[in-house]
Amino acid sequence: MTEIILIILGISLLLYVLLGGADFGGGILELISRGKASGIVSRAIAPVWEANHMWLILVVVILFVGFPTVYSTVLTALHIPVLLVLIGIILRGSAFTFRHYDIEEETPKAIYSSIFRYSSLFTTFFLGVTTGGIILGDITQDYSQGFYAVYLNPWLNWFSFSLGIFVVILFAFLATIYTLGETKEKSHVERFTRIAKYLIIALVVAGALVFATAELEGHPLFFEFYHSIPSMISVVLATIALPLLWINLKRNNRQMLRLIAGFQTTMIVLGWFAIQFPVLVKINDGVDITVQSAIAPKPTQLQLLIALIVGVLVVFPYMGYLYKTFKFGKKTADEPKAG
Amino acid sequence: MDEFLAARLQMAVSLGFHIVFACIGMVMPWFMFVAEWKWLKTKNPVYLDLAKAWAKGVAIFFAVGAVSGTVLSFELGMLWPTFMEHAGPIFGMPFSWEGTAFFVEAIALGLWLYGWNRLSDKVHLYTGMVVGIAGVASGIFVISANAWMNAPAGFDWIDGQAYNIDPVAAMFNKAWFAQSHHMIIAAFSATGFAVAGVHALLFMKNRLEIHAKALTIALAFASVAAFLQPLSGDHAAKNVAKLQPAKLAAFESHFETQKSAPLIIGGIPDVENRKVNYAIKIPGALSFLAHGDFNAEVKGLEEFPEEEWPPVPIVHYSFQLMVAIGMFLMLLSVIFLAGTYKWKHWLEKRWWMLLLVFATPLGFIAIQAGWVVTEVGRQPWIIYGIMKTKDALTPMPGIQYTFYTISAVYLLLSFIVAWLMSRQIKMLQTKYLKHD
Repeated sequence: MTEIILIILGISLLLYVLLGGADFGGGILELISRGKASGIVSRAIAPVWEANHMWLILVVVILFVGFPTVYSTVLTALHIPVLLVLIGIILRGSAFTFRHYDIEEETPKAIYSSIFRYSSLFTTFFLGVTTGGIILGDITQDYSQGFYAVYLNPWLNWFSFSLGIFVVILFAFLATIYTLGETKEKSHVERFTRIAKYLIIALVVAGALVFATAELEGHPLFFEFYHSIPSMISVVLATIALPLLWINLKRNNRQMLRLIAGFQTTMIVLGWFAIQFPVLVKINDGVDITVQSAIAPKPTQLQLLIALIVGVLVVFPYMGYLYKTFKFGKKTADEPKAG
Repeated sequence: MDEFLAARLQMAVSLGFHIVFACIGMVMPWFMFVAEWKWLKTKNPVYLDLAKAWAKGVAIFFAVGAVSGTVLSFELGMLWPTFMEHAGPIFGMPFSWEGTAFFVEAIALGLWLYGWNRLSDKVHLYTGMVVGIAGVASGIFVISANAWMNAPAGFDWIDGQAYNIDPVAAMFNKAWFAQSHHMIIAAFSATGFAVAGVHALLFMKNRLEIHAKALTIALAFASVAAFLQPLSGDHAAKNVAKLQPAKLAAFESHFETQKSAPLIIGGIPDVENRKVNYAIKIPGALSFLAHGDFNAEVKGLEEFPEEEWPPVPIVHYSFQLMVAIGMFLMLLSVIFLAGTYKWKHWLEKRWWMLLLVFATPLGFIAIQAGWVVTEVGRQPWIIYGIMKTKDALTPMPGIQYTFYTISAVYLLLSFIVAWLMSRQIKMLQTKYLKHD
């Protein structure tokens, strides 16, 4: 039972990265392309962004119902970066909707756009920083140690910041690849192909930076990857896929590109899961929180599982229908919006 | 500012902000459903325009409701980690169902808003209904979780730990039903009167058909809800009398236990001297309302140690305000029903429009007051009788600053949303005046 809950937690997190991440990346892409992408991004995201962000809610609910100590420990130690993420989520979600629904007028639209773009960047960066804090595991449950040790040290470090940068580039990359599939206009295709190439290079550099800063912070991340066979396989597969991606970029094979980018991201997330498991939160001066120590009692697990399975049976087909209606239909986002 | 107070205020601001958007997001889809259904039936394009005009408002309210709801799901743990650590596995079940319901709602809303040209008429219409049903369902689930805090069930509490957890019993606790119907009805009443008020104001400026149609749809929902609400409230209050007698006593500033207790209307509670000044007292009425018998004994606050009293004046004033507004809205609903079935000319009159305009914010004020009654009335407990709110507080210092930040963000957002709505309305007006 615990395993299935854990798998659904992992899938939700992965889908949040793949779908919600592309939404965040959409804002970053607008920033990189100096607004050139905003029409396509706007039309591509609008029908699905609310649903994409539900994966985060699902992750939070599974954590506080199924793994309550993880939820309370993480939200205490990483209170500050999480608060920053939340403020970013409020700003970007609102600004995006306002831009879409407010009457056509230049100045307000420009303001919404820049709030949407910068808060997408800001939110993504702190999502990465928060994740970095969890991976690094400099978290303490001894709250008498002073403000710095308890509330800043876990995330205010080179590793977490590198991971923040890495996630920003990853999400922008995902969004660029998805956006390529939404447009047929030649100038757009050329621009986004170029951006995608730069982002791939940046991603490799940022990835190296993440491993280097981990060593700097005294966290043997490279060693952990090397010693976990699934993590090693994930990294190797993600790397092997890089040339494939490059070739398909040249050929502008959009469906293939989406598949490869999604696959690489999945491999990165799975690689992280594999080094983390079965520890959920590392505690630097005490006993780590593991799946076994954090999991809620059996009756709670059972009810959570029932709700999740019913949810999966209802949500997945319905989500598929939503995507079929708007994403894989005959129309691309170049065409006028409906409604 | 004291950390504990700051945390409570931050929670209050976040919940108070979210509840407005959540109510509108839950109720408006029903209005849009009716408008679309009328459009398909009558082919009168005004109904289609109305559905689309409302849809724009809903998209904005829903998005802000969704992001503020996301914030809440984190804030619970950021401000009250000890509470969530213990309560999560017990009252998490309704939250897991709420997640599913809200997911369905978000998908259906995406389909509805953007699917006008991509879905068949029928599928589109019923997608609107899915939004409405999923919204109400997720509302009920969240309320059930809150009800558990008032009427904890489904566990044994031994030495600060929960044992023998039974999530089903926790979800169907003794308060869930009363709180749910009271809140869902409140949402329909408040949203209905708010929408009606805006359209009444516009109708007074320009007697356009679209506003007349909008008024009929909004008031049909609002009047039924407002008519039922006092009955629902009566049931809810009887439930509180049984489950949380200290809270009921605070509603009424009822200090002494007595038989044939009077109903206290208005007045200024004097907690130190344990009395209420300048109040109207109806003998025996509280006994009747709380227990259905004019001679029944109603427990006063004196039965409880003073450190377990909720802050009496806040709860008392909020309760009185909520009830007063509820009665007023019920009166409006009676006028509307009478106007619909008999005195049709009433509903065209200026005084009626003015009454509706006056009522625009009232339902939401009553909802805020009602949540103050529920939440402040439960203090000092976060889980009634089990865990004190102050024992659940995060150890992180500096909560004042997070409180200021969150409040500033929400205040700004409120202004922007209000401004956006006024722009939408102006646009609708200009469009119609050009047509005519």
